[in-house]
Amino acid sequence: MSLISIRNLEVRHGLLQAVRDVSFDLAKGDVLALVGANGAGKTTLLRSIAGAHLPASGRILLGGQDLTAVPSHKRIAMGIALVPEGRRLFSQMTVEENLLLGRTAGRQGDWTIDRVFDAFPNLVPRRHAKTGHLSGGEQQATAIGRALMSNPDILLLDEVSLGLSPLVVDRVYAQLQSLLTSGTTIVLVEQDLSRAMSVASRVICMLEGRIVLDKPTRGVTRDQITGAYFGLHRTNTGRTAS
Amino acid sequence: MRALANDISIERWTRSSRLALSTMGAVLCLLALAPLVLGAGAVDRMTALFVYVILAAMWNALAGYGGLVSVGQQVFFGLGAYFTIRLADAGLNPFLSLFAAALITGAISLPLSLFMLRLKGGEFAIGMWVISALTHMLVNLDRLIQGETGTSLISLNVYDSSTRRAVIYWLALASMAALLGALFALLRSRTGAAIQAIRDNEDAAAAVGVHVIGTKRLLFVLAAFGIAVAGGLWLASATTFQPKTYFSVQWTAYMIFMVLVGGIGKFEGAILGAVLFFIIETFFGALGVWYLIGLGATAVIFSLYLPRGLWGEIERRFDLQLLPVGYRLKLPGPTKIQWKQ
Amino acid sequence: MIDTLIQGILLGGYYAVIACGLSFMFFVMRIINLAHGSLAVASGYGLWLLASKFGIPPFAGLLIVLPVMAAVGWLLQRYLLDRSARGGALLPILTTFGLAIVIDNLLFEQFGADTRSLAPFIGSLSYDSWELPGGIYVGKLAVLMMATAIALLGGLQLFLSRFALGRAIRATAEDPDTAGLVGIDARKVNAFAAAIAMVTVGIAGAFLGMRATFDPYSGGPQLLFAFEAAVIGGAGSLWGTLIGGVVLGLAQSLGAQFHPQGFLIGGHVAFLLALFARLFLTGVPIVSRARIGKIRLFLRSKT
Repeated sequence: MSLISIRNLEVRHGLLQAVRDVSFDLAKGDVLALVGANGAGKTTLLRSIAGAHLPASGRILLGGQDLTAVPSHKRIAMGIALVPEGRRLFSQMTVEENLLLGRTAGRQGDWTIDRVFDAFPNLVPRRHAKTGHLSGGEQQATAIGRALMSNPDILLLDEVSLGLSPLVVDRVYAQLQSLLTSGTTIVLVEQDLSRAMSVASRVICMLEGRIVLDKPTRGVTRDQITGAYFGLHRTNTGRTAS
Repeated sequence: MRALANDISIERWTRSSRLALSTMGAVLCLLALAPLVLGAGAVDRMTALFVYVILAAMWNALAGYGGLVSVGQQVFFGLGAYFTIRLADAGLNPFLSLFAAALITGAISLPLSLFMLRLKGGEFAIGMWVISALTHMLVNLDRLIQGETGTSLISLNVYDSSTRRAVIYWLALASMAALLGALFALLRSRTGAAIQAIRDNEDAAAAVGVHVIGTKRLLFVLAAFGIAVAGGLWLASATTFQPKTYFSVQWTAYMIFMVLVGGIGKFEGAILGAVLFFIIETFFGALGVWYLIGLGATAVIFSLYLPRGLWGEIERRFDLQLLPVGYRLKLPGPTKIQWKQ
Repeated sequence: MIDTLIQGILLGGYYAVIACGLSFMFFVMRIINLAHGSLAVASGYGLWLLASKFGIPPFAGLLIVLPVMAAVGWLLQRYLLDRSARGGALLPILTTFGLAIVIDNLLFEQFGADTRSLAPFIGSLSYDSWELPGGIYVGKLAVLMMATAIALLGGLQLFLSRFALGRAIRATAEDPDTAGLVGIDARKVNAFAAAIAMVTVGIAGAFLGMRATFDPYSGGPQLLFAFEAAVIGGAGSLWGTLIGGVVLGLAQSLGAQFHPQGFLIGGHVAFLLALFARLFLTGVPIVSRARIGKIRLFLRSKT
């Protein structure tokens, strides 16, 4: 049974149509890697699933319940948490305060401040530091921790490795590893294709707002994804994507 | 009309706007003849209408195009009147004093703009109010004004009352026409494109190379000058000067009401708003306090439910532009795309 | 001279009380409420009405007026400001200005042009004073106002840093969009913040009536004082408000020594000097944060 269903979703930024006719289903425990070039619509898709951006048409169903018009602050109470692109921490507040804010929705679950500090030990000495003063890796850990504090069923991770050095990315992914196996459904936007493939069970590739590839990770080759990524399958239609 | 590919063309005039402009010219000519037929009271009321149109157009230039909402514009109204008194007292012809006073006020607004335009949004709005309150106090210190008692533009007494009334009327009409014309020309010029770009998105305008501060300063000084002319005209028509009346925030309330109801950022909107305000005042002004409550409530309602004002709605529903300051794209077929907004 | 200085400093307590609500609303919602002064005056009239018609002394009257003010704040935010803020940053200025006109004239319609005061209803508090060594007298009311200002600002500070709702308010102030993503209902939080701000406005209205007289059109000047104190202290900073209030009170008291009109002139000049110093010496544009927010919004909408 699918946990969340996206049906014919269309999302606009003014006149620009960022997401076009996107449909897919996720089951509990799925780890989906969402890939695609810049501007393909990945971030917009995640933001509209989280409720930060309302779609122009289409539906989002969570366990059969229609979420399309539900505002973001209620969706997190229903179990959808987004780790936004660029982390978007409250920079004037401390790590602890940011984590406490993650608890606002009041969902029951295992995640506590202590468990977040266990999962991200690099945050322990920074507990009372303002997040504006943290390193990129520490900020990313805080952002993920803040989302986990809401005990989500579905965790949306937008470009968690953006702006981090490869070493720090390794650490963030190592910390995510336990989460990946815990049964939480995860949608991961990741530029690093091999890293995304290594953790995901399924991959969706977007191009100009549409899904151009949707396959289990096991049954897909790197070349297929690269082809979809650049829109190479369409060259015979006379248009080339740059 | 400039032709582009595929039968698309850019037009700056429409048939209705050409008609509107010639009608306006004709109306101005008719209005110029009005003192010959109208009674004294009607002439005075019409003078007030012209002053309102000036006030609305100037506040609109500042807020609607420059994005600068000020609740202290009464400072220029008061200064225009004050300097007129001062200059006339020094022996200058009162009518000349009026325009010299506006020039002085405009000149003062330039250094003031260096300072005030660094404020944003609400801080600019109330900051201007503080400037006005301070200026009011300083004007009160002038012995000639005798504090809140005030004084009169005595030198006007050399003219007999009917000549005086007609001259003030013509001056008000001419000032209104000239200020509207100047604003219209400015908005249609190259600078006008910059002004409208700022109105639509200040950051984006700056990013494409619009000199934002310089353009805003131009609007600030123009508004100061225009409102000072209005203040001088009001003084000439009322002859008495009491600082409290001229530096009253009520003037800004009127400006806001007129522009908000007419259509903020619409050239025609300010004129429409002034005419509506004039009519409302004529019929309901006698209600006193309830009239003021009505004005405030109307402003609140328009800001919430019709922020584009009446003209904005008319323009949207009927695709009507009488005094076009923008460009519009004419596509083949019935659809028209509005370039601005 | 020392006497003047002490009076000026204590007067700052009143300005801090009336400025803190204005500053707080600006900090949270980025709205400057132009009806701020008028609402304070309205609360003064409320207390006056309770005292003169029903014999309820002003301090007890606050138990009625403050909850009403909180409700007014909630409704104001929910039904007026929330809607008008969606139309851009400039619209709330017009909405609240229109509201100020409505309130002022309704008060005039109800209570007429007479000036009123709460002083007759608070017994000797309005003129009693303590004598300090050196023959200096400090008014009990002035001290009470200063103490209230400190308690109010301290209480707000504590609330913002220690309570979940306070944290939610800070988060919403910094980034309402992301606040939604962590589960905060920004509209509700803003309405709470407006309710809190209006409670402080209610207290300010009480002090206004106790220390001086007011009439239906006193709202404008009170708004200017609140604004001046808030800007001198750095808009949006809580303790800055106290400093701003004290600076304003001092400037006015000193100004009054030189000229009968110097009271107001002194305050306005101090405000302009403070503004001048901040604009040209530090070079920091006052609402730089709002601009960063805008740029962030702009960047975000790219993908």
